[in-house]
Amino acid sequence: MLEIKDLHVKLEEEDKQILKGVDLTIEPGSVHAIMGPNGSGKSTLSYVLSGKDGYEVTNGEASLEGADLLDMDPEERAAVGLFLAFQYPVEIPGVGNMTFLRTAVNAQRKARGEEELSAADFLKEVRAKAKSLKIDADMLKRPVNVGFSGGEKKRNEILQMAMLEPKMCILDETDSGLDVDAMKLVAEGVNALRSTGRSFLVITHYQRLLDHIKPDVVHIMADGKIVKSGGPELALEVENNGYADILAEVA
Amino acid sequence: MALAKLKADTTAARLSGVSLPDGAGWANAARADALARVQQMGLPTKRDEYWKYTDPASLTAADPPTAALFHNDEGPLFDAVDRVRIVFVDGVFDAAASDDLSAEGLEIERLVDATARDIHWAKDVYGVLEARGQVPVERPLAALNTAMATDGVVIRATGKVTKPVNLIYLHKDVASDVTLHNVVKVEAGADMTLLETGPAAARFSKSLEVEVADGGAFHHVRAQGRDHERRAVTHCFAKIGAESTFKSFTLTFNGVLTRNECVLEIVGDDAVAHVAGACVGDGRDFHHDDTVFVTHDAVNCESRQVFKKVLRNGATGVFQGKILVKAGAQKTDGYQISQSLLLDEDSQFLAKPELEIYADDVACSHGSTSGAIDEDALFYLRSRGVPEQEAQNLLTLAFLAEALEEIENDALADDLRDRLEGWLSRHS
Repeated sequence: MLEIKDLHVKLEEEDKQILKGVDLTIEPGSVHAIMGPNGSGKSTLSYVLSGKDGYEVTNGEASLEGADLLDMDPEERAAVGLFLAFQYPVEIPGVGNMTFLRTAVNAQRKARGEEELSAADFLKEVRAKAKSLKIDADMLKRPVNVGFSGGEKKRNEILQMAMLEPKMCILDETDSGLDVDAMKLVAEGVNALRSTGRSFLVITHYQRLLDHIKPDVVHIMADGKIVKSGGPELALEVENNGYADILAEVA
Repeated sequence: MALAKLKADTTAARLSGVSLPDGAGWANAARADALARVQQMGLPTKRDEYWKYTDPASLTAADPPTAALFHNDEGPLFDAVDRVRIVFVDGVFDAAASDDLSAEGLEIERLVDATARDIHWAKDVYGVLEARGQVPVERPLAALNTAMATDGVVIRATGKVTKPVNLIYLHKDVASDVTLHNVVKVEAGADMTLLETGPAAARFSKSLEVEVADGGAFHHVRAQGRDHERRAVTHCFAKIGAESTFKSFTLTFNGVLTRNECVLEIVGDDAVAHVAGACVGDGRDFHHDDTVFVTHDAVNCESRQVFKKVLRNGATGVFQGKILVKAGAQKTDGYQISQSLLLDEDSQFLAKPELEIYADDVACSHGSTSGAIDEDALFYLRSRGVPEQEAQNLLTLAFLAEALEEIENDALADDLRDRLEGWLSRHS
């Protein structure tokens, strides 16, 4: 599904190397988690994959089902099936949540040469999916993320994911700022989307989220590289002992 | 001295060979008085403080510039709205294209018919509100309009009228130089909506004088455009009575030069006066100026100014807005916001917000901002698959939304939103 080879990335504005050779292969239907200390490059990886400005790829490649991601505009990456759930979802005053969702769904369908969803079909689908995430009609009507609580913002991200039905979902610290109940709700939303044709990359600081979204593979990232990979037990090790032991071990 | 001479020369050149329309005694007197005001004030030049950001030369020139006609496949605006259509072609009333001027709760006449009658209610409004609006800032082009106006309508609202009156200004002659003057009197407790649409002329001078009596309501929605080369100077003078409502919104597309002056005088307690505008302009030869002056001369009144401009490819936007709160106008609630969205570094927005307050128990706030498209919002939209141009259009409409929300009638607002979407997607 997602193939990252020797990815090197620096900040465009300054001469600071953030990613220093990331290798990662995610198979269809699997859930991978990346953990790591602050500043290790986890969020940068998610931004570079989704096409945010401000980063320069100095070496390496990244592809989704064989399509070279790094050559594409962000909207093209979305259309081939990449989705990033933002750590800090952006507030967009003046754009209704519903308008936003419908514009996005139809833009992707159009880019893939599919027919646009009719207003009635869209409404039916969005209502059903919103309901399972406990997103009420009012939240759908309000401007995108404006005045949403932290939990509402994250649920709104998952609703977008559910509507866009991407192949590769990257969740960037989706658990940050959530209480236990909100995290469970978000995790349930994610788990409902798990399928054989869809993969997940869950970026998190804490084991807690991984109790709810069970990963197949856990990677530890440090100083711009994946330094260790293993099963779910690796996340437990981090939870119990912190990163120091692992980092000392691979150093 | 040099400025005085320049103004005198400009005025003499403009007035040379001009003859005032003839009508009834009161109308002729009003025109002669207005002409005397023009001569006394002199026409504006770029060196006048009030015209610092907008060069009036093409508005005062004796030989008016021409403007190419703009064609596209858009149908008439507000076509689905049940309304009384009054059509002017290059400033001349077109009876055949217009609806019957009789409407329940409204008395509508052509200006030329009203000014021909010896006794007419318009006598107390025509040129009267304009003259009041010459203090403390002179508006000589408005006086020139009063003196020279050849056509227009006078409307008296006597009841609550839901069906809007739509003045449709068609532009068919590349060299048309048009002066129109409309007068509205909303009687006590009456309610009406006036729509104005169309490019009007190559050079258009238009005045609207509105008197809203106690408890009356006047709603005004205007769309100027879309001819790129047109020029316009418009004035709206309103005298707003107790417990009455005045709401005006203008959307402007394109135009080499547009100067919209709105002069509101609140004279009765507990009144509400809102004026709002949105404009979209593209290119170095787009220049749009909103100049607003709101005077509070009564207790417990609310005024609101909301202006938004989208500027790109070197376009220029100007906002001069003032709230004057006179002594004794306590409990005034005044609000003013002017904002521009600059889509590139070549475009510019020049703003001069002013508050002048002589009462001690008032709440007045004002703000002005200029900014680019929010890059984070743009990336967020694109990351969801929305193409860059479409995302930018969506954010641009979102920027304008606050101004469009000033329109109470949703059907009218939706029509204008559709036009904006069309403009954004077609780049013209």
